[in-house]
This record gives sequence, structure tokens and C-alpha cells, in this order.
Amino acid sequence: MAKYECVIGLEVHIELRTKTKIFCDCPADHGGEPNTRCCPVCMGMPGTLPVLNKQVVDFAARAGMILNCEIAHFSKMDRKNYFYPDLPKAYQISQLDHPLCEHGYIDINVGGEEKRIGITRIHIEEDAGKLVHTDSGSGADCNRCGVPLIEIVSEPDIRSAAQAKAYLERLRELVRWVGVSDCQMETGSMRCDVNLSIRPVGDTNLYTRTEIKNLNSLKHIVAAIDAEKARQIDETEAGRELVQETRRYDPEKDKTYSMRVKENANDYRYFPDPDLVPIYLTDEDHARLRAMIPDLPEERLAKYTGEYKLPEATAKTLCDEPKLANLYQEAVQSVKQPKLLANLMLADSDAAAIPAAVWAELTNLCAENKINRSAPAKLLEAFRETGKEIAVLVKELGLEQVQDTGLLNSIADEVIAANPKAVADFKSGKQAAIQALMGQIMKRTKGAANPAEATALLKEKLSKL
Amino acid sequence: MKYSEMNIAALSQLLQNKEVSAMELAKDALQAIAETDGTVGAYLTVAEDEACRQAEIADNMRAEGKAGPLTGIPFAMKDNICTKGVRTTCASKMLENWLPVYDACVTERLKAAGAVMLGKTNMDEFAMGSSSENSALQLTRNPAATDYVPGGSSGGSAAAVAANECAFAIGSDTGGSIRQPASFCGVVGMKPTYGTVSRYGLVAYASSFDQIGPLTKTVADNAKVLEAISCHDRRDSTSLPEFDTNYSSLIGKDLSGMRIGLPKEYFGEGINADVAALVQNAAKQLENAGAKIEECSLPAVSYALPAYYVLCCAEASSNLARFDGIRYGFRAEGAEDLDRLYRMTRTQGFGREVRRRILLGNYVLSAGYYDAYYKKAQQARTLLIRAFADLFKDYDMLLAPVAPTPAYKIGEKSSDPMEMALGDICTVPVNLAGLPAISVPCGTVAQDSANLPVGFQLIGPAFSEAKLYQAAAAYESGI
Repeated sequence: MAKYECVIGLEVHIELRTKTKIFCDCPADHGGEPNTRCCPVCMGMPGTLPVLNKQVVDFAARAGMILNCEIAHFSKMDRKNYFYPDLPKAYQISQLDHPLCEHGYIDINVGGEEKRIGITRIHIEEDAGKLVHTDSGSGADCNRCGVPLIEIVSEPDIRSAAQAKAYLERLRELVRWVGVSDCQMETGSMRCDVNLSIRPVGDTNLYTRTEIKNLNSLKHIVAAIDAEKARQIDETEAGRELVQETRRYDPEKDKTYSMRVKENANDYRYFPDPDLVPIYLTDEDHARLRAMIPDLPEERLAKYTGEYKLPEATAKTLCDEPKLANLYQEAVQSVKQPKLLANLMLADSDAAAIPAAVWAELTNLCAENKINRSAPAKLLEAFRETGKEIAVLVKELGLEQVQDTGLLNSIADEVIAANPKAVADFKSGKQAAIQALMGQIMKRTKGAANPAEATALLKEKLSKL
Repeated sequence: MKYSEMNIAALSQLLQNKEVSAMELAKDALQAIAETDGTVGAYLTVAEDEACRQAEIADNMRAEGKAGPLTGIPFAMKDNICTKGVRTTCASKMLENWLPVYDACVTERLKAAGAVMLGKTNMDEFAMGSSSENSALQLTRNPAATDYVPGGSSGGSAAAVAANECAFAIGSDTGGSIRQPASFCGVVGMKPTYGTVSRYGLVAYASSFDQIGPLTKTVADNAKVLEAISCHDRRDSTSLPEFDTNYSSLIGKDLSGMRIGLPKEYFGEGINADVAALVQNAAKQLENAGAKIEECSLPAVSYALPAYYVLCCAEASSNLARFDGIRYGFRAEGAEDLDRLYRMTRTQGFGREVRRRILLGNYVLSAGYYDAYYKKAQQARTLLIRAFADLFKDYDMLLAPVAPTPAYKIGEKSSDPMEMALGDICTVPVNLAGLPAISVPCGTVAQDSANLPVGFQLIGPAFSEAKLYQAAAAYESGI
């Protein structure tokens, strides 16, 4: 039996997390009762017109940049015409011959083997709606109509399910990294179609391919590739001709099935959308967007463990969440103790909601012993509630650490005088008795005493008694 | 003189002097419609309640000192422009009972100006046609001779102005749909520069050609209406960001130094001799008013008609795809599956001409034909744009007939789509190039027992509306 290899190209759709939809002012996020997040424009009512959301172009270009693409200076929107009840205008506004990004790549590493997977193009387009089938009939929900998508088309460079998986994982990591999508396959904000053909190893020709659609998890993609490869080999070995068609994968049976073949192939009759003007990106636009592209995740990880001396686990936790990593990156510029900053941020359950400047200020106050280690939690709580400046909150809450040794001195004397029993216990060797005295000092200073300093002072005074 | 016979300027004066109220004018206009529209058939919908409500608002505006030149002036709106709560049919069975949930930009502008909408006017279905005979809902007759067509597609709007059923009307012009009916009915019609009047809320026929404009009794009125409706609108990506909307500014100024070209191609084969003579006569009058008239040539105009039909139909095939019976409008009964529902709805819901243009559009966009038709037509369009630009180096504007003939009899051409299309030969070049052009009445041609109005058009470079109005007004005042 001849040895076969797969030739795989992936088409990935990713929802962009812009505030509003691609051509109107409706919210672009998930959820809502059917047909509550739409307007005459995204519902394609007669007479309405699309207006391109510039943030969509920015987000798509950022994705293109992190994926090593060339970003167009001239791009345009085209209409893809077809009838379906979830498509209100009966055309999808997409891009045909001038996509926003082209000629990119992703480097992957599978089993120690480095490989570069080419990215043919990335274009922007609008999502369609959703059909809802119930006992009483079918309905169309337009909430998703006009949600911005990018379609990322790879070169047929992928040779195995493992490579496909590595490509998709890296793609997801990078697109999340630039903060333009959360790329969740479970919720559909990242979707993947697989184009697959087989050929004898060593052959460089391309043969009849099939497309597997509607794959909604990495696990299914891997399984579908293996199942479809096996099927194509079986068919070829049995001397049967493969047909170019769309197939679906059934995870229960671990097999792919032909989807109903339409009588005649779709002709989408693409043409430039006359309602929209071309997209021009100047050199200044390119520079502005380029400046928003962060270091690669691994570069940043290396910097965190190296330059900032963060423990590996801490650095990884930060880098796993692009928002957190970017926030840290911003805040770290103005602190002297990067590790303290990381610890403070990771101790908070919603660190991303606090501005970088606040994190930097808290870190510096702690580092300079101006507040004690329990103060940041209180300050963050108060900041969330009031939004007041940290300096103001420190004063209002009386959280300034007492560094006035004179004051601390007299408080220590008072505490020693008022607690003869604890003093006697300590003198008789019960080291723990000092805790009771410390507690009294903290109480009298409302927690503002520097614990290390206060302990040292107490010990000194007690030893002299 | 009856109110209904008066122009905007005269009515505005009366309103300002408190000699009449907006409510009285609205009632008077509604009365005029009741008396004459049975014969003319200009209106598809008379919005009586809406008109009275708007008249009340207009009178309040005036009482508060917030009246402008159109406050209280009754007008008619072409039925392809969305009016919230007032049905907008495009003269099609497909949208016979469709109530828009929003106002077009132009509707908003006119409401804000205090103008009083009387109703919606008949047209060729989805603006496809040149005689208004393609309306699926009603026949409109030419007020000058009721056996004759009013022109189209804004035939209802032109007829309503000519029949004194409104002081002004709003139309749309994709290939001559304002200018040609204005010529046939004897009123003034302006197709403004593409991008100066928002298309938001205009049910699209061919997006890169469609432009809304006014039909009026006088040139000065026309400029006033255009001043009210023209603006930048962020909801229309093709709306231009910045331009001067002071269209009346040159009216009354003399024409000395103005250079007007007569492109000979517009006077060639197929142009009715009487029409040509009337337009030549208008040229003489403009010369007398101080303009310098010179024959010139625009050979690229020969590409215009085929390029126009290829591109318009291509855009229309996509623009009209949304009428599928799923969400609103007409839906065929008895379809057993989705494919049949689409086919039956669209076969029954659209008229012959609309179906013909959709088929043609789909054909020219289909795989393997795109380059031969659509792309070629775009190239022709570019050539024409350049040819016009070259001519405007030598001329301030061009003078030409609006249509090769005066109005024809109802039914005379409706069986021959090719002959009907040839009637658009003088008007479509302007739409291909996005230029402004105004149609001005210049006499009548006697035919049978009727005197049929004829207009000439002045074509200028982009943003030359003020100059076009200047020349048109000079001609008008010389009559």
C-alpha cells in the first residue's frame, strides 16, 4: 500500500470584539432575546445603507500584523450574493479581490519539528443571522447579522491533524494576544472549515479536495481530519474517484458524511459594493496600528522571568491573559519592584478592571513602606466603589503607615505599661506573648504601624526591662 | 390666483404675511387633489392626517418665529422614499402594504423645515422605466394631455406639480427619472451632484446612480428645495463631507462670460426635429442673456446607454434580492419549500420590467461574463467621466435636449422595452458621471389636439448647481 499524506488548508472565521457591529451602531456582543440587537440597517430594510465601522478595520489589521501579513493600503468591500433566510439583504458584504491582509504566516512546532504555515489572506466581512426552529415553525434571529468577522485562509501547507491543531492553537493565542477577539470555539467566536486532500508521499500535485464544515472544537477538528483522511485513502485504494464536495463530521460515528449536493454550484456574482467607499490606509495608519502590536507572548515571558525576575508560574499566569499582560506591561514601566506589582495584581480577582496607573501607585506605596501589605486590598475596594484617587483614599481611610518612630515609641511604651501579664509571659520565655502586644500596637495605630519595625522596637524595649 | 397654482415663493410670502395658514394651504391642496387626481392619478397615497398634523406643526413653528422658506409649503414625495408610518410601495405589489419604521434623511430634512407632505406619488415600479406605465398599482396621466404618459420614473411627482396638486415634489433620478418627466410635464427638475443629497431611506435601484432631487414650478423654488434637502449625512457612505449648499446665490446675476457648449451628439439621429428646434431656440435666448454658445463634441456619449444598462441592472439585481418574501412585503401562497417560496414570491411580486432587469443584472455578474460586461461597462463609465471633465475645461455647462421626443401616448411604447430605453439616451450620461443637470421647460410641441411640453437640460461639472440655476433662471425670466 502506498503511503499517503494529507494536504490541508484551513479557513478560520473569528468574531471581532468591537463595541458595535460592522455597518451599524448595534452592539456586537453575544446574547439578548431574538431580534433585540438589531436595527433597520443590519436587518437590511429597504432604503438603509451600511457605514463601515473603522474599529473593524483596525482590529483586522492588528490581527494581520501579529500574523506577519502585509497590510493593504487600498482595500474594498464586495457583495457576495446568495439567498438564505438568515441573510436579510440576500448578499453578504465581504471582500473578494482586495482583502485587508495578505501573505502572512504562522510558525509551529510539532514533535520538535519547526514548520511555517502560510496565510494566504485575511478579509473582513459581516456575519449572518441565525435560524431558530421550534415546534411552531422557523424564525430568523438577526442579533448576529452584521457582527464583524475576519476570515483567515491558510495555504495548503498543513500535512497532519497534529499540525492543524498546532496551527489553530497558535492562531488563537496570537489573535487573543492582540486583544481583538476571545477566539472561543465553544461560543462560536472562532470557527473552522477544513479543506483536505491526500496524495502519495513525495508527490507535489494537488488532488480533489473536500471541505468539512461546522467543526466546533479542536478535538473534533483533529478527529475529522483523521477520519476524512482514512476515508479518502480507502476510496482511492478501492479505485473510486473522489468528488469535490462539502462534508460534515459526525463525532458519534467518527465519520464524515456528504452534505446534500446542490444541483448547480453557487455563483455568488461578486461585485464591488456601491454603497461603500474604498478603504485607504496611509503609512501613518500603518505606523499607528503597528505601535499597538505587543511583543510576542514568548518574548514577553522571557522578559518577565529574565529582566523582571518573576517566578515562571507568575509570568505564565500573567501572559495567559492578554488583557492582564498588557496591563502589567503598562504598569511595570513606572515601578521599581516588578515582582511586587505582579503579586499585587494576581492577588486581585479582577485586576484587569483597574487602571495601570493605580497598580503602579499601589506598588510604589507598598515598596516605600508608605502603606502596609494589607492596605492595597482595602484601597482597591474603596477605589472600585468611589473611583477616587489612591492618595486621597489613603488619607481618608487612615492607611498611612506610621513611620514616625517617636509616635511608635510612645505607643509601645503605653502598650507595655498596660499589659503587665503579657510582658511577664514574654520575659518568662513565652515568645508568642509578643503577638498580644503587637496586636495592641496595631489596634492603637489602626493597622498603620510597620509590623517589622514595631516588632523590633518591642523586642528592644522588652529586653531592656 | 388659487393657492394651488402658486409657487413656493408666492406661498411663502402669503404665509409670512399671515394671509394664509399652513393648515389652510394643506386643506386647499388636499381639496385640489380630490378634484383632479381622479383624472391624473399622481398620488398612490394621500396622507391626509399626516398632512394636517404637519401643517399644525408648521403653523406653530411660524408662531414661534422658527419658520423657514419651506415652512407650511405642501409637497408630494415619490413613493420610493421612506416615510415612517406612511406606506412606501415603490409602486410594486412587492411592497404594496409596507410601512417603513424609519424616515429617509430627505423626509427628516423636510419635516424639520416644516414642509407639509400631502402624500406619496406614483412611479415606475422600483424606478425602472420612463413612462410610469410600469407601476404595478396605478396609471398616471400627463396633466397637459391626459392620453399621454407623464414620463418616468418620477411621473407621479412631475404630474402632481404640473396639475397643481402640490407646490413642489421630490423625485429620484437614476438615469433621467427626474429630468425626463419634468420635461414631459412642463416643470423644473434637478438631478443634483451625486453625493449631495443623502440616499439614506431611498429604496435603492442602482446605488451608484440614484440621486434624489426636487421638481418645482420655478427655478428659484427648485434651488430653495435643494437647499433644504442637501447635506452631509453620516448614514450614507457616499454622502460628500463638505460642499456649499447656497444654491440660490447666483440667481438673478447676468450670464456675461458664461460659456455653454452644445454637444452635437445630443442633436443627432433620433432626436425629434421640433424638440431640437425648441432646444436651439433656448440656446439663442441664453445667448441673448449674455452667454457664449458654441457647438462641441462628446463622442464618448455613445457608450453611455449600454454601460448604463449593464451597471444599473447589475446593482439592481443585488439591491432587489432582499425582496424574498421572508421578512416583509409580498409572499406567495402555497410554496412547498424555500426554493419555491423565493421563486414564486419574486415571480408574482415583481412586474415584467423589474424581472427583466434583475435577470439581465444577474447575467452580467455571473461567472465568466463579469469581465465582458460589468468590467467593460465600468471602463466605459471612466472614459465618459474623463470626457465630461475635458469638456468642462472649455465650458461652464452643456446644453442638450432632455429626451429625444415629447411625451408619447399611453401604451404607445410600453410593448417595446428597447425603444423605451432609447428614450433615455440624453439623460443617462449625467448619472454615469455623477454630474448635476437641470431640466427646464422651453415650449410645447403641438401633436394631435395636444400641446406637449418640452424641456432642455443644462449639465454642469460636480457642484455647479448654483451656476445651473443661474442660467436656468436667466432663461426662465426671459420667456
